[in-house]
Amino acid sequence: MGKYILGRILNMIPTLLIVAVIIFLITRMLPGNPAAVMLGPQASAEEIEVLTEKLGLNEPLYIQFFDYIGNLLQGNLGNSLTYNMPIIDLIMERFPNTVILAVSALLIAILVGVPAGIIAARKQNSIFDYAFTTFSLMGVSMPIFWLGIMLVLFFSVNLGWFPATGMGSMDEGIGDFISHLILPSIALATIPTAQFARITRSSMLEVISQDYVKTARSKGLHEFFVICKHAFKNALTPLLTVLGLQISSMLGGAVLTETIFSWPGIGLLIIDAIGKRDFVVVQNMVIFIALIYVVVNLLVDISYKLVNPRIKYSSGKGGTK
Amino acid sequence: MAESQAILQASDVVETNERSLFKKLIRNRFAAFGLFIMLLLILTAIFAPILATHSPDKMNVTKTLLGIGAEGHLLGTDNYGRDIFSRLVYGARISILVGLGAVLFGAVIGSLLGVIAGYFGGKFDSIIMRIMDGLSAFPFILLAITLMSVLGQGLLNVIIAIGIGNIPGFARVVRGQVLSVKQSEYIEVTRSLGAKHGRIIFHHVLPNSIAPLIVYATMSIAGAIISEASLSFLGLGVQPPTASWGSMLQDGKNFLVLNPHMATIPGLAILITVVGINLFGDGLRDALDPKMKV
Amino acid sequence: MSNELLKVENLEVQFKSGSTVTKAVNGVSFTLNRKENIGIVGESGSGKSVTATSLLRLIPSPPGHISGGKILFEGKDLLTLSDKEMRDIRGNDISMIFQDPLTSLNPVFTVGDQIMESIKLHQKVSKKEAKQKAIQMLQLVGIPAPEKRLNMYPHEFSGGMRQRVMIAIALSCNPKLLIADEPTTALDVTVQAQILELMKKLQDEFNTSIIMITHDLGVVWEICHKVLVMYAGNVIEYGTVEEIHDHPMHPYTWGLLDSQITENIEDHEMLTTIPGSPPDLRQEIKGCPFAPRCSYTQDICFSKAPEMVEVKEKHFVACHFQTKENRLNRKERSTHVRAVVKS
Repeated sequence: MGKYILGRILNMIPTLLIVAVIIFLITRMLPGNPAAVMLGPQASAEEIEVLTEKLGLNEPLYIQFFDYIGNLLQGNLGNSLTYNMPIIDLIMERFPNTVILAVSALLIAILVGVPAGIIAARKQNSIFDYAFTTFSLMGVSMPIFWLGIMLVLFFSVNLGWFPATGMGSMDEGIGDFISHLILPSIALATIPTAQFARITRSSMLEVISQDYVKTARSKGLHEFFVICKHAFKNALTPLLTVLGLQISSMLGGAVLTETIFSWPGIGLLIIDAIGKRDFVVVQNMVIFIALIYVVVNLLVDISYKLVNPRIKYSSGKGGTK
Repeated sequence: MAESQAILQASDVVETNERSLFKKLIRNRFAAFGLFIMLLLILTAIFAPILATHSPDKMNVTKTLLGIGAEGHLLGTDNYGRDIFSRLVYGARISILVGLGAVLFGAVIGSLLGVIAGYFGGKFDSIIMRIMDGLSAFPFILLAITLMSVLGQGLLNVIIAIGIGNIPGFARVVRGQVLSVKQSEYIEVTRSLGAKHGRIIFHHVLPNSIAPLIVYATMSIAGAIISEASLSFLGLGVQPPTASWGSMLQDGKNFLVLNPHMATIPGLAILITVVGINLFGDGLRDALDPKMKV
Repeated sequence: MSNELLKVENLEVQFKSGSTVTKAVNGVSFTLNRKENIGIVGESGSGKSVTATSLLRLIPSPPGHISGGKILFEGKDLLTLSDKEMRDIRGNDISMIFQDPLTSLNPVFTVGDQIMESIKLHQKVSKKEAKQKAIQMLQLVGIPAPEKRLNMYPHEFSGGMRQRVMIAIALSCNPKLLIADEPTTALDVTVQAQILELMKKLQDEFNTSIIMITHDLGVVWEICHKVLVMYAGNVIEYGTVEEIHDHPMHPYTWGLLDSQITENIEDHEMLTTIPGSPPDLRQEIKGCPFAPRCSYTQDICFSKAPEMVEVKEKHFVACHFQTKENRLNRKERSTHVRAVVKS
């Protein structure tokens, strides 16, 4: 197991290196001098030259690349010119807000999606099951930015229950904090909720008719434990896969959600930086998100072992997928 | 030539499967409904100039923010006085173009890479799949956003940006198929008969990968349509004033109090379209192979 | 304490799907005394497994439903108990083992957890005592190094070993009745014999009665005292093992006996099969359910269902021509035969 984890961590390195290369290539695809683009049309030739020098853009491409990789490896992300602060500080300032939003959305998704899927599987072909299928299909098909707008329209504009934008502050009390959090969390939670529900239902249906579930019943276990202990633990593996996928696509969803609700996380920062044409920030934020994605997937892979003792890990190349 | 006969028979099987596939799809009410929505969308896109009651981009400062049905505007007008219904109809074109274009882009490049990786294996395989891992280490939409921020607005750029994100998925699906087809006997036979690599790939390996590929492509179209709308919503999509459902939503967002249907209608159009495609895709998967998981 | 452990009266089980009703079990009655074993035999689809599963009220519902009859266990009708009371009986007074040991253990829990679960559920013992008991049970069913085996997962056991574990789970609370649903069918022949041997041995130790569901009459002769022959949801013959073995009476039982492979089959002897297939239980059956496949039929067989008659002491048959007054003469061999293929 320890060997496996070490192997997987070593495996992450080439992936992250490729991520860095891809991002480097994308940002250098920019037509013309990035410095000129960043400074905008009003900039003078001297200003552009100064910035070109500062960003090392006058060096040959391969030197630029090695500088960039070298800085990355040292954790030196550089400074943002438009925000006037080190990029690492920007991340530290914004990332916790994204985590708050993502975690509460994830909690909603698990607490609603998983039980709904279990109930739908238990009551297969009932009215609940049909309603469930309809809602979960709508959920996975939902353009979340539109859902966000509809939530604002209904709960903020019409009912006035929750604020439409911004992040509450704990100084104003927990109520203020939560009321700001509710709408964006629901918007971000919709797709994962529907996905969890669908996958839980289908894998529970597969498991529920297995012999060992019958065995559990014949022992005299309460139906609740039969389903939630014996059946559910067997249905967990596909759920974990979807969990990993959803966490990473939530990082993408956060960009849209944060934009709609002006939630000050890294998603909003990226869009903001694109508007300001601060590509250094964009580049580093995207790499940071990729790093989180890779780490989350590693954790998911490791947790497979915890729920399914039959999986054997080879410490050699490749994972279990 | 018993071998070539066996291969001929194999292709016969594929054809009869296709015929009964259509029947199966029609019999599945949900899939038929999905197909209906997709056809409706395609017809709307093709006949947009006939269906549209106004020019989609024509502004009229005297008739801004009209309500539904007011002054001959079926769904009212937006903040520039443009006819919402006509923009919706033309927006279907963008959705279809990007949906099909981006998936085709991803499918062609991804399948090619998948075939190379799966068929030749070894170094090709590990290098290609590593790059695919790298590409899919971003949330799909974030990759598209980053690309668009560099490429700049425009229909072709949107197709490319979303298409690139589609490459790894297709590469994986095709690679998996190639690996399983490669094991099967008749490929061995063909190879022993001295067939060239290219011939084996295009005549035997790819046709056998087609079923899961079609299902995957259908599901991907739904994702691509949502991605396009997201990009346009963020102002990183098609060039204004081109009507896209995403950009219509962005315009509508600022008039929620005055004219809520401006934001409601394009979103509903996206939702219905994506639900339709997903229903069709589910039906297609069930009809082709109930055990297949994409 | 009465000697009668279980008395099943007119048990009926139906499965409903849409508007069609399948009568899977149609009026099954039998009694079982303490320390006595009964075999329920029949082809697949004869209702033997459904009967066994309904005794513990474990028929999946919907679509299944016990539509009539009584299951008197130590005098109490199990069908009138609350869910809670029923759970107290399951795994405690009555336990069950299933056909396929490869699937009947939960793959994601250790063997020890699965044995201790029953013990902790039904007995007021500490975790440590439960563990001791689990080790003791594994030892009893013949699993070497039980302390080590306790922490292993089912996939680390062979099929025969897993069935031993199932038996350990089933017997861990000293049940009065063990329902074994084809416990040896999925196992290798040599392992089958070991498992049967083990069940016989443990039965003496635990004073448990066994209901053995099987299509293998050999198993019945080996360990049972009584036999219930089922066909299409009905009991068609019921009696002591000696009676059924020496004087079978129902044409279907004859067919079953003829189709068994026994050691004394000669090289060129014929092995018979019963022609046709069991009736569709979704249709109303008029007359004797076996009539369409029976080679002794007369008109009455298709119009009137035969009653269960006690033709001799402790020997019941449901056939129009097997009564106290009349006897049917068994034909030498059925006309439908197939050669025993021997290489």
